[in-house]
Amino acid sequence: MRKLLTGNSAAAWGARLAEVDYLPVFPITPQTEIIETLAEWVDRSELDARLTTLESEHSMVTAAGAAAATGVRVFTATSSQGLLYAMEMLYNLAGWRTPLVLVNVSRGLSAPITLEPDHNDVLAARDSGFLQLHCATCQEVLDGVLLGYRLAEDMRVRLPVLVNLDGFYLSFTREPVIIPTQDQVRAFLPPFDPGRNRFRGGEPVSQAVAVLGGGTYSYFRYQAHLAALEAKKVFQEISADFKTHFGRAFDAIETYRCEDADILFVMMGSFATKAREAVDRLRDDGRKVGLLRPRLLRPFPSQAFVRLLSGRAGVAVIDQNLSTGLGGVLYTELAAALYPLQRRPVLVSYVGGLGGRDITAGEFYAMVEEVRQAVTTGRVPPPRLLFTESEMQSVRGLQRIAGGKGRDA
Amino acid sequence: MSEQDVARTGKKRRQSPLGAGTPMCAGCGGLQALHQIYDLVGDKTVFVNAAGCMTLLSIYPFTPFPGSWLYTAMACAPAGAQGVRDALDVLLSKGRIRPEQDQLPVVLTGDGSAYGMGLSATSAAIDRGLDFLYICYDNEGYGNTGHQYSAATPTGARTATSRVDGYSGVKKDLFTIWSAHRPAYVATAIGTEPADLARKVKKALSLRGPRLLLVLAPCPTGWGFEPARMVEIGKLAVRTGIWPLKEYSDGIVRHTMVPSKRVAVEDYLHLQGRFRHLFVPVRNDDKLAALQLQVDDYWSHID
Repeated sequence: MRKLLTGNSAAAWGARLAEVDYLPVFPITPQTEIIETLAEWVDRSELDARLTTLESEHSMVTAAGAAAATGVRVFTATSSQGLLYAMEMLYNLAGWRTPLVLVNVSRGLSAPITLEPDHNDVLAARDSGFLQLHCATCQEVLDGVLLGYRLAEDMRVRLPVLVNLDGFYLSFTREPVIIPTQDQVRAFLPPFDPGRNRFRGGEPVSQAVAVLGGGTYSYFRYQAHLAALEAKKVFQEISADFKTHFGRAFDAIETYRCEDADILFVMMGSFATKAREAVDRLRDDGRKVGLLRPRLLRPFPSQAFVRLLSGRAGVAVIDQNLSTGLGGVLYTELAAALYPLQRRPVLVSYVGGLGGRDITAGEFYAMVEEVRQAVTTGRVPPPRLLFTESEMQSVRGLQRIAGGKGRDA
Repeated sequence: MSEQDVARTGKKRRQSPLGAGTPMCAGCGGLQALHQIYDLVGDKTVFVNAAGCMTLLSIYPFTPFPGSWLYTAMACAPAGAQGVRDALDVLLSKGRIRPEQDQLPVVLTGDGSAYGMGLSATSAAIDRGLDFLYICYDNEGYGNTGHQYSAATPTGARTATSRVDGYSGVKKDLFTIWSAHRPAYVATAIGTEPADLARKVKKALSLRGPRLLLVLAPCPTGWGFEPARMVEIGKLAVRTGIWPLKEYSDGIVRHTMVPSKRVAVEDYLHLQGRFRHLFVPVRNDDKLAALQLQVDDYWSHID
């Protein structure tokens, strides 16, 4: 069935088709439509799941993990401040090795408080032990949830999975989405196997107990890390299997017009569709440019990046996030992955799209030009924070109003 | 095996279901109460724990619990119990477990979590009518970190963060806060009154919905007394009227042990290092009188 769905609705469809058992929820913009959709399906008995509204995201994620530890398939969703409020428990759930899927609808973090997207929220969870899938289309959101369950529940992995989509740009954008049949999904995603995550009367088990000493602690932390690394291989198998079942690819890194490209954009999420459009225009102009878009961020697909970027001249890494005092997160991670190469492409770092700020076609063209010059001259410009003169004028105008001098402006 | 069997053989001592050899302090009033409670709730339970002294009961790979255990974090043990209960309900309704495989989620927290960080999660669990048992062992301070004052610390008690004049606040009335939510059952208790405690646990187990036990836990290390005096101090907490034993159900609060003649509060205070500054080097009559008045005032409103 092909239907126009918002990104949020596609996420809800993913959970429905995964036949989840339990939905601990809490509202937050721009995620709320997901839980409203699921609540209605539960009320109409179209989805045989229990939905419980907790009093906070911290409690919501706790209930999610506790239910997964008891032995049911769990889905939950949040955004932004909610993800940060739950952060303590994200680390816990990964440590409990509870497989579940959490959808995050990205939104810039406070302060100043805002509603539109960037990736500082989801990247705050990058070290938590949750695996991360990043989506750019509504179809990918649905597919990512299904893939997420296969990945999380694989006995070689057993880690929670976060599926990310951008607030507003994807959460509220309607796109045609192919909704697979329940039988198709069942053939791809087997029924939930609780494995060792189970509480049953007569089978006592202690989960999440304390450890004493760094050796034991390190052992369990390394176990989770090694499982996350193993998840790279598992992801490849699962994405190949996904293509067999549904005819759609969900590779760790999407490549767009990269074959003969000497300069590549690297960026995540729905804003990458803007880069895609820019690539088409630049190609029309005879420029050999392309786009790499990681869908899999944790585990980080280092080897795939090395393979895809070896022999290229230059890369514009566009981060829709800002690690204050350092710069773009994806840039630093990519630089680390490429460092062992003898002949590395020139890497130029751009930060843009914060709080939903547009990245214009003109900016993409300028980035390519700047990277080309860096390649030619060997002089790499410092990281750029995208911000235009007219944006500065606009902020100055607001400041004059805030300062009570609006009339003078 | 009955008590009689034990007496006859004279060999096997009665084995408590909760194992021995835990890292709790000698003379821990909380552990004393937990033993009594566990005897009754049994091992078809999932103990959902928040950060506190008793987190150290289960240290990999050892546990004294013959039943199940899940450590969560300091603020959210009731939410963990919600997840366990909901998941068990799903498994039961979908026929993936048998009814005899069902278990009772039991939240186990100290006062630091119960009176403060975890109160929001507890309030919401009661709102939702969660079918669970909550046990708070109240040792009147953040015990596991060296006994700093918490919202459960009584007026005047010296703690690691009130070392000079003692705590200037008033012990929060958690019993009334919990009861105001109108859950199925709330009770105060103490391990040194085992008959009263046992009756309350049995009553709680006979009901469904949110059931909460607030258990005073005399704490040798935090309160400053010899472990051997724990029972004496616990009994004095009740006989002085400082720790009223009571229960709430169906909208009614009932006192379960009313001391016929209350012992003077200072008899309880002077046994504890945390109140020694009220007696030496100079006896502080004003503060002692104020503390006695707090207790007298409470009981003057009780029939």
